[in-house]
Parts: sequence; C-alpha cells; structure tokens
Amino acid sequence: MVEKIDARGLSCPQPVLLTLNKLKAMGSGEVEVLVDNETSKENVTRAASAQGWSVTQIREDDDTFVVALVKK
Amino acid sequence: MINNGGKRFLRKAMSVTRGNIFASGKGIIVVGAVIGVLAALLQKMGNPGNMGVCVACFERDIAGALGLHRAEVVQYLRPEILGFVLGAFLAALSFGEFKPRGGSAPFARFLLGMCAMIGALVFLGCPWRVLLRLAGGDGNALFGLLGLVAGIFAGTLFFRAGYNLGKSSKGNYGLGFLMPIVMLGLLALRIIFPQIPGEPKSGVLFYSVKGPGAQHAALIVSLVIGLVIGVIAQRSRFCTMGAFRDLLLFGQMHLFSGVAALLVAAWVTNLLAGQFHPGFQGQPIAHTQEFWNFAGMFVAGLAFALAGGCPGRQLFLSGEGDGDASLFVFGMITGAGIAHNFGLASSPAGIGPHGVAAVIVTLSLCCFIGFSNIQRSKV
Repeated sequence: MVEKIDARGLSCPQPVLLTLNKLKAMGSGEVEVLVDNETSKENVTRAASAQGWSVTQIREDDDTFVVALVKK
Repeated sequence: MINNGGKRFLRKAMSVTRGNIFASGKGIIVVGAVIGVLAALLQKMGNPGNMGVCVACFERDIAGALGLHRAEVVQYLRPEILGFVLGAFLAALSFGEFKPRGGSAPFARFLLGMCAMIGALVFLGCPWRVLLRLAGGDGNALFGLLGLVAGIFAGTLFFRAGYNLGKSSKGNYGLGFLMPIVMLGLLALRIIFPQIPGEPKSGVLFYSVKGPGAQHAALIVSLVIGLVIGVIAQRSRFCTMGAFRDLLLFGQMHLFSGVAALLVAAWVTNLLAGQFHPGFQGQPIAHTQEFWNFAGMFVAGLAFALAGGCPGRQLFLSGEGDGDASLFVFGMITGAGIAHNFGLASSPAGIGPHGVAAVIVTLSLCCFIGFSNIQRSKV
C-alpha cells in the first residue's frame, strides 16, 4: 500500500511539514507526495533525502508533480 | 578530475534540483554572496548607508513617492523593487515556473504584510537590512536579529500546532501578469517624471530633497541590479525568513547557508570599500533603543513566517504569478503609509510617538491570525 500526501496548493513550509510528519510516523515504506510547483518538489526531495528516504521517481502529470519516496 | 565524493555530491545535488543549479547547496551560497556584494556596491554607488537593498525600506520609499505618506525624507520610487518582480517574472516564464495562482486567505496575507512593515519600521529595516546593517558594523542590528529569530521561532510554534492559511488554487493565466504590469507602470512613471534637482515633486511623483530618500544609485544601475537579483533569487528560492524557519523547524541549513553567504560577502565588500564602521552610536538610519529594535523585528519575523516568506521572497513569488504574495506586497506598502502617517515608524532619534502602540496592536493581530488558523485535522 503506497501512502499518499496531497500538498498541492499549499505554501511553504506546509508541503515539507506534512511530508516529514508522515515519514516520521511511518518509519519506512513507500509514500507519494503530490505538489504543484518546482519549489515544493525541490524542498520535499531535499527534506526526505536528509531523512534517509530515497526518491525513486518524479512524475509530472499536468500541473502536478508526484514525488515517489521509499525507505526499506 | 572529480573524485568519488565530488561525484556523489553532484549526483545528490542533481537529484534534488533536477538540473536547477541555483537551487543546489552551492548555488544558494553563490546567490547569497552575489546579493551581498551587489547590495554593498549599491551603497557605494549612492544608496543609503547599510541599505543597499532593504525591501521594507524601499517599499516604504515607493509609498512615499506615490504620496501614500508624506514623510519628506523617504520618498523615492526605488527601481530595485520593480527589478525584483520583473526579474523573477522573466526567470519564471523562461523556466516554465510561471503559475498564476491565489486564493489562500488573501485578506489575512494583506494584513500580515501591513503588520510586517509596521514592525520593520519600528526597527528600521527588514530581514535583508538586518544582515546589511550587521555587515556594516551596526551593533543595534544584533537586537533586530534576535527579534527576527525569536519572531520566526514563534511562527514555527504556530506551524507545529497546525497553523495553515489554506490552499491556493490555479488562476487564469492573465492574472499572473497583473503584478509585472503594475511594476512596468511604476517604471513608466519613474521615466516620465524623472527627478528635478532640488524639487520635491516631478509630475505626480514625490522625491526627497534630503535624507535617505535623496540617496540613490542611478536609475539604470538600480534597475539592472534589481533584475539580476530577481532572476537568481527566483531560481534559488532565496528567502531570509525561510533560512531561519527551516533551521528552527527542520534543522535544515540549505537556505541559511545563502543568508550567511550574503552577510559575509556584504561584510567583506564593506571592508574593501571602506564602509565598515563598527559601533552602536551614529549608525546610518538606525536608533539605539535595544528593546524596540528587538520587538519591532519580532513582529516582522512572526508576520513573515505566518505569510510564508520574507519581503524579498514575496516579491519573487508575485513575479511567478502568486496573487496572494502580491497582496502581501501591497499590504506592506499600505502599512508603510500608515506607519508614517500615524507616527508609528522610528527615526534615528528613536521610536515614533505611537511606536509602542504599533508593536502591541500588530503583535496582537498576528497572534489572532495565528491562533484562528490552527487546523487540528490533517490536510
């Protein structure tokens, strides 16, 4: 089961805050974070990497970036 | 030859930023340093002391140029601010990041902009000028820095408690052009009604004959430097408030390293240019009331944190098409008008006749906005 976080439309620092809260609660697993701008994409990627999660994929659908994160 | 560590670093940087070199760890440091050098050089070329690019001061001067307040010493339509927005606009357009949006608590953001400006004018500068004053040796700015960090820390407490102004939504494409159009309109006014030496007015625009408003670099210099900063700051997401917020909230150094680079670069440039004068007394456009330097910046720091960006970042976001950020900017300009009309703003002699009331009222309003937007349920 891939967990999802929808951070579209949210401004700094909400996307990172939501992502980190989720990652902390999960410990490990797979998460997809939905954001709608480059800045949030970069910030989420940077923050998740610092927590030891790896970015497996970044998809772009219309105005949405889907950042796929995984930690074994 | 790049060693293995270097390769790993590069791969990591690229994976985070997908080719946006400005948003990498080194990129943000270079951007901060470039802004620091340019700001100090602007002072050398005519801008007021320790005010190379102070966003709050310059928006206040624009309010004066338009007659929204009539403080005679701070009236000048600062081209740097126009450049910030237009540079960010061009960068966002070029890199596919121009995204018109808005509707996330616009009026709250307007009021936060007013509070931020009123607090900043009690200190006499925004977070950018805190750094530039420190880089020029102004010890009073230490109290401003403490207030700024404390205010941002208070903001992070609201975030931890669930503070959120709600989602913005995508706007019609043309809406994103409004802010750049307004800036071009102001630039047109500046060109149509240039300064007449010794005259306080040219056409519809007010100009300072003396005081900080009379000190400025040439139009083209200010505009070009503003454009350059607008471009690199949009690409790097440079933010003086976010620097401290990310450090306090996430323990993240990324944006902070940019701000530190600005401080060091401006300081070194000041040393080389003979602009470094350490001390507390007689510093340019500054007062020595420690507590109010702290308190003014506390309010500003809290307001910037609650609105999600420093005054510079709000300009760059407005250039990307963010209508809420544009409202914040005009909240600041309106706040500047009120601050000078009501005697809330400080002067080198000390805080204004109603500066104390200004801090109490704006702090109360920020706290109301903070508490009333705490959402318990997760988004």
